[in-house]
Amino acid sequence: MQRKYFNRFLLAAGAAAAMGWPSAQAQTTEISFFYPVAVGGPIAKAIDGFATDFMKANPGIKVNPIYAGTYQETIVKALTAHKSGTPPVTSVLLSTDMFTLIDEDAIVPIDNFVKTADDKAWLGSFYKAFMMNSQTGGKTWGVPFQRSTVVMYYNKEAFKEAGLDANKPPATWAEMKDAAAKLTKKDASGKVTQWGVQIPSSGFPYWLFQTLTTGNDAILMNDAGTQVKFDDPKVIEALQYWVDLGKAGVHPPGVVEWGTTPKDFFEKKVAMMFTTTGNLTNVKANAKFDFGVAMIPGNKRKGSPTGGGNFYIFKKSTPAQQEAAFKFIKWITQPERAAEWSMDTGYVAVSEKAYGTDALRKYGRDFPPALVARDQLPVSVAEFSTHDNQRVTKALNDGLQAALTGTKSPAQAMKDAQAEADRILRAYK
Amino acid sequence: MSARAAGHQSHASIHAWLLLLPALVLLVAFTHWPAVSTFVDSFYSTPKGSRAAVWVGLENYRAMNDDPVFWKAVRNNLWFAGATIPLSIGLALVMALWVNERIAGRAFLRMAYFTPTVLPMIAVANIWLFFYTPQYGLLEQVTGALGLPSHNWFGDQSTALACITLVAVWKEAGFFMIFYVAALQTLNPSLREAAAIEGASRWYFFRRVQWPLLMPTTLFVLVNAVINGFRMVDHVFVLTRGGPDNASTLLLYHLYEVGFKFWDTAYASAITVVLVVVLASVALFQFFVLDKRVHYK
Amino acid sequence: MSAAPTMDRAQRLAYNQPTWLDTVAAWLLALLWILPLAYAVWTAFHPTEYSTRFTLLAPLTLDNFSRAWEAAPFARYFLNTALLVAMILAVQLVLATLAAYAFARYEFRGKNVAFALVLVQLMIMPDILLVENYKTMSQLGLVDTLVAIGLPYFASAFAIFLLRQTFLGIPKELDEAARVEGATAMQTLWRVYVPLARPVYTAFALVSVSFHWNNFLWPLIVTNSVKARPLTVGLQVFSSVDQGVDWSIITAATLMTSAPLLIGFLLFQRQFVQSFMRAGIK
Repeated sequence: MQRKYFNRFLLAAGAAAAMGWPSAQAQTTEISFFYPVAVGGPIAKAIDGFATDFMKANPGIKVNPIYAGTYQETIVKALTAHKSGTPPVTSVLLSTDMFTLIDEDAIVPIDNFVKTADDKAWLGSFYKAFMMNSQTGGKTWGVPFQRSTVVMYYNKEAFKEAGLDANKPPATWAEMKDAAAKLTKKDASGKVTQWGVQIPSSGFPYWLFQTLTTGNDAILMNDAGTQVKFDDPKVIEALQYWVDLGKAGVHPPGVVEWGTTPKDFFEKKVAMMFTTTGNLTNVKANAKFDFGVAMIPGNKRKGSPTGGGNFYIFKKSTPAQQEAAFKFIKWITQPERAAEWSMDTGYVAVSEKAYGTDALRKYGRDFPPALVARDQLPVSVAEFSTHDNQRVTKALNDGLQAALTGTKSPAQAMKDAQAEADRILRAYK
Repeated sequence: MSARAAGHQSHASIHAWLLLLPALVLLVAFTHWPAVSTFVDSFYSTPKGSRAAVWVGLENYRAMNDDPVFWKAVRNNLWFAGATIPLSIGLALVMALWVNERIAGRAFLRMAYFTPTVLPMIAVANIWLFFYTPQYGLLEQVTGALGLPSHNWFGDQSTALACITLVAVWKEAGFFMIFYVAALQTLNPSLREAAAIEGASRWYFFRRVQWPLLMPTTLFVLVNAVINGFRMVDHVFVLTRGGPDNASTLLLYHLYEVGFKFWDTAYASAITVVLVVVLASVALFQFFVLDKRVHYK
Repeated sequence: MSAAPTMDRAQRLAYNQPTWLDTVAAWLLALLWILPLAYAVWTAFHPTEYSTRFTLLAPLTLDNFSRAWEAAPFARYFLNTALLVAMILAVQLVLATLAAYAFARYEFRGKNVAFALVLVQLMIMPDILLVENYKTMSQLGLVDTLVAIGLPYFASAFAIFLLRQTFLGIPKELDEAARVEGATAMQTLWRVYVPLARPVYTAFALVSVSFHWNNFLWPLIVTNSVKARPLTVGLQVFSSVDQGVDWSIITAATLMTSAPLLIGFLLFQRQFVQSFMRAGIK
């Protein structure tokens, strides 16, 4: 009760203050914008630069970019703020957070703001693979911004040493296992000094696992995010392949740390690594050897999941703020800006038109590995995401780690994960 | 009691309460009130979007009872606390006994032991990540030179928790050492002279003279160590995120996951309540039992 | 039987001093303990490729520091952290002194209940009550201010507990003597109790400063902008990025941000330990 009065008092005080100064400020719409930093370097400056340019072009809008930490910290901040009443107007969050944000009633569909033909053309310009995680139930909830996929980086020098063709990276599971066997080096005591291949499994193993399930022609969940298929024989087979790489002694044992994987590659402790395209700039700067970037090898088909962040617009802000946020989102995802962002960060530019810009065409010519991710997009699938996403994902992650550390068989691990996921998702059917 | 004395008494009472007031108001506003509302929340369902919270009784506690990860976190945390508390206090004591004496390089030793305290855990955890990294990590460079086999420390269910524990001990021991050093320096030098005259062994001197006199300090340090045994999770965020397969998850980390990743605030409230009850009873036990037994001069 | 007669006082005082074995063990442990800092110094001053390789002739560079400095407004973060730590400590000391005095020297109704209430806070970590406290802050309109970071910590049960113990140990006669001379309760507190408890204040200050200098989760949640963000949150820029760990820049940032505390301790360690002396900590 007292809290309510106190709130009213605040409101009244606020209103009085607002009426006291009916100045030009009334025409300025201020939008707060949360963003995570998922890649190193002065990203905050790049974002501030975008905001400044946008405000110059749109004097009525004040964009207030707020660096909020990692993706996980950003959603914690945004949702905590949402629950207590003052969320940001717009935020970049993981595309997989879509169901969570819908279930919390935190965001509004982007379709609400798409009115003109120009708006529609803009919304249609994004790569299909990126829209899979941005739409559900016939509505668009997110706009692709810093998106990625998983690719395979390989050490060309190691390939030559092992007698492999450095310009023909493995394209199938069988080829990859063979190549990995040839690339695995041991010292006199039998200790491995260079592993053939490394697929990290800490933090978000499900994402890397999707590179295997997609290649085995299995899709882990339905579009509505209410049903998972972990116990599908094709999924178990994919996990078996991963576990077998370890058993064959061509992949490091146990759970492999995501954070150190690029360094393992630079240190020549591993010849082929699976990691995000967002690492390209990093690898280019730090690999002291000739390296290649390849599409993920497949079994029954090729493919990889997409990943990364989308723009969302929050419900608890004024219509004027939402419109202003939409304007900003549309502005920042235009081809030239998307191209610039892609070159700054190493992420995949979000539309075909961005790759048509002079800047990105030249970049691609000078540095062809930058185009591998784009070429992989036609066969890419949505990143794993369901209702109660983090909890279902954890069930899968735990199962994967149990299988990789050898405490459960792949079949058992996936069966347990399926049972847990079914239990959690019962409420959403 | 005369009317005057009673009047004096109530006057003093008001005075005392006035002195307490600022602190109590803040304590109530930011500890007790949120704790109580957390307790109330634990009997309701999690509000999701437009669905308001409804009374569910003990449902959240039942879910907790059935949650294998919760029990894993409890076991891990008991293990973690059970290892960090004695190890960090024991090491702190040994360090203090060393730097309290005229030992070569005393200033350096004191500084070395104390450094973990001033380094932020968030950053330092990344350095530890390097130490434990397979193949080229520092530990591996040492064990490799000794001809030992390579080991994936964080990637193995049997070693992850122990590695996390070690980082915590490293972080805490030097901090506790400071308190022991201070206490040791207050001990009367004549005690040592007496020991010399008696020809008492070092161990005897420690056990019969130093240790009993350090008791209040030990209690103080113990309170801190117990709290930290359940509070230190910053390094888990960086190093293992509770993995592999929950092998290194701790209660507060599990609570963070439930509350801020799964957004199941009601269930998180129930876990909070359990954690608070356990810790509060430790606090009260220390106050009412140990406080009576350890005498302050 | 007794070795005493052959010893002079200095020898007796040196009785049972550490042996060479202790010295070796103490040094080994110290080297182990300082290893992360040593690694940080090595890595921060060398190019990235030497972050895992330790050759004496590796070239030196300050590049990592300038990269780290570039990536975040550290000067502002320093200022914020310094202000924050000073503010929290000052308020904690004043409030705890008053409360501890009440507990130590007054008899009043509800004293035990009040003390139990204080003790409970000793164990309930503000970190746990994040969501509720965030709600309160936003109702007070304090989100994204230094005050909001500090508020939940202003009343420190720990400080109250410590000071109460110390005050209880101060002979009542001193108190009575001051009263006889006509001093009020507050004057007695200020002239008798506070000076005698000085070591405890220093000890608590050390605990409080090192805790809040390194506190992370709550400041992360409650701050939004450079104007209120402390160093630890700024540090987070470098860790856990998609690209994996870049030890060079992390160590450079770590050294930059912990330098004030490290140097402070180096300079004042004698004073620190001395103020812990004379039965300060109970």
